Amino acid sequence: MAPYEADDNKTAGEGEDLRASRRRRAARYVVPVTVMGVAAATIGLVPALADSGDPDLPEITAQQLIEKIAESDVQQLSGTVRISTDLGLPDLGGLESGLLSGGPAAGDEDAGSSADPSAKLTELVSGTHTLRVAADGPDRQKLSLLEDAAEYSLIHDGKDVWGYDSRSNEVYHATASEGADQPAKEVPATPKDLTDQALKAVDDTTSVTVDGTAQVAGRDAYRLVIKPKQSGSTVGAISVAVDAKTGMPLKFTLTPASGGAAVVDAGFTQVSFAKPAASTFDFTPPEGAKVTEADETAAKGPERGQKSEQDLAKELDGLKVIGEGWNSVATFDTGDRGGLPTASAGGDLGGFLGSFGDQVKGDFGSGTVFKTRLVNALITQDGELYVGAVTEDALVKAADAAK
Amino acid sequence: MSRAEPLEAVRTPSPLWTFGLLRSELLTTFRRWRTLALLGVLAAVPVLVGIAVRIETDDGGSLGGGGGGGGAGPAFISQISNNGLFLVFTALAATLPFFLPMAVGVVAGDAVAGEASAGTLRYLLVAPAGRTRLLLTKYATVIAFCLAATLVVAVSALAVGALLFPVGDLTTISGTRITYAEGLGRALLIALVVAASLVGVAALGLFVSTLTGSGIAAMATTVGLLITVQILDQIPQLDALQPYFFSHYWLSFADLMREPVYWDDLVRNLGLQALYAAVFGSAAWARFTAKDITA
Repeated sequence: MAPYEADDNKTAGEGEDLRASRRRRAARYVVPVTVMGVAAATIGLVPALADSGDPDLPEITAQQLIEKIAESDVQQLSGTVRISTDLGLPDLGGLESGLLSGGPAAGDEDAGSSADPSAKLTELVSGTHTLRVAADGPDRQKLSLLEDAAEYSLIHDGKDVWGYDSRSNEVYHATASEGADQPAKEVPATPKDLTDQALKAVDDTTSVTVDGTAQVAGRDAYRLVIKPKQSGSTVGAISVAVDAKTGMPLKFTLTPASGGAAVVDAGFTQVSFAKPAASTFDFTPPEGAKVTEADETAAKGPERGQKSEQDLAKELDGLKVIGEGWNSVATFDTGDRGGLPTASAGGDLGGFLGSFGDQVKGDFGSGTVFKTRLVNALITQDGELYVGAVTEDALVKAADAAK
Repeated sequence: MSRAEPLEAVRTPSPLWTFGLLRSELLTTFRRWRTLALLGVLAAVPVLVGIAVRIETDDGGSLGGGGGGGGAGPAFISQISNNGLFLVFTALAATLPFFLPMAVGVVAGDAVAGEASAGTLRYLLVAPAGRTRLLLTKYATVIAFCLAATLVVAVSALAVGALLFPVGDLTTISGTRITYAEGLGRALLIALVVAASLVGVAALGLFVSTLTGSGIAAMATTVGLLITVQILDQIPQLDALQPYFFSHYWLSFADLMREPVYWDDLVRNLGLQALYAAVFGSAAWARFTAKDITA
């Protein structure tokens, strides 16, 4: 540390001193290396140490736990939810989010507002997002989607529903009586929404067990595991962490049968059951913000919306469901003989679409299978479409059986 | 470069003497034309942004109000025309990725290597400060520059924003309202966080500066490293490494505009800067205290 040490040694010039000083110089670099090592160890060890093991909770049966979820009546909470979705769709980057957010906000600017909740919340379908939720009774809720240096908030306060997109400074407004009272529920985002969906599917074909306990967002929780009994489903297991005190689902994980990372993983990283500040739900459109009323949007795109809805309704007439439980496959006749144009038959576009799928053959003839990690679809040469959360083999079997 | 010291201080350097050294360092740094030019460029950025937004929205329209156009430009730019305070946030978001760290890189890279290439380092070492103390003083000066540079941007943006645009209560990005006074408080907090975000680059620059005897080489290396890291931070295949890049959480300062504030990334950013400061600061110490000073 003394300023003259090194210089003195150098001028001394004796071999021994020189070697000693070199050693001393090298020894100094131990400090930054140690700092780096300690940091690496801390980064590696702290999560392991913080994971204080699974909490001890009284035994509970699966039935009791499901009842606990149903009875759960959490009126006031605030927390942060991290949701990651990996459907195994091809990564199309910006194109994907453009397609997904689709609806009115894509394409032409006049058609809608970027603060329209239906457009915005569809973004949750892919990637990892951080959400904030706050609720105070049935009349006041807030859901915020945290973006880089921006935020999309959906605020339900009494009869008003506000959507605010801070990036574009646009506001969407609807009144709850106009049928838009729970727009947040259109896309299940919180672990509770997802769990409700999953519990709807529970029937004879499902095994429900309690698989120990876990700690989620610093709270003790039971782990409920829902598994399809039949083989052939792409769903491996659904695991739900249920708060031991309130019965509220804190974490929802859907793992595919094929293994690998979870398809959907949504969980609280921080949660509090205290009453959120009243100001959380106050919203006044900021100066200069473009406000879009819900009925305006409805009036603007009537032809397009209604027409496609009618078409869809007509098409859905032909919709049948084959099989039961987790292995059910939806099918309908697209009416398009020749099926999907394949590389040989359909020119460039056909080749492009065909390249995403695999060709399969069966008793039904031949067709193209499109795969994601959860949902698979088969379009036969006859124009029949089979869709389900089942494996390729199960789809082919369903198509064979339908013949 | 340091002033002639009274004789009695030679034997036992008093704490007061350290302040004397720091003061002389600060004066030499901030009196340089180069430093003043850097600060001038930084002060000009908010002026340019402010005038551009003003011209763009002069017809009464609001910027980025047209649906899909809202995604472009630096953060908060669409709110500037409604509240001048947002110019502070936009200006910091615009300068943080490049202008600010570049200026810090120049000052930090020059800190030791500049003295060495000007041949003044050995005179500095003749003063009884000790190499460790000299290095700490140099680092403190660079950090003071980080703070000064950030405040120059913030104050310039605040003034331009107040001149060109209306000011008043503002809406946080979470949609809640806060008063102008609270907004000012958050702006100050954001400026401090931005200044703290530069601590890592400052330590890195100082370390590079101890490696070479050429001031230009040290500055170029520091700025080059900065650009390299910024580019690597954009490559999706490297996402496992990116949380350890010093620039990765820089824009987390915007989380201070949420209600309630989202601390996770802010804490990660400050922790990462402290880690860089510790690793490269101690590496700089190891190098500098054992270095042969030939110039």
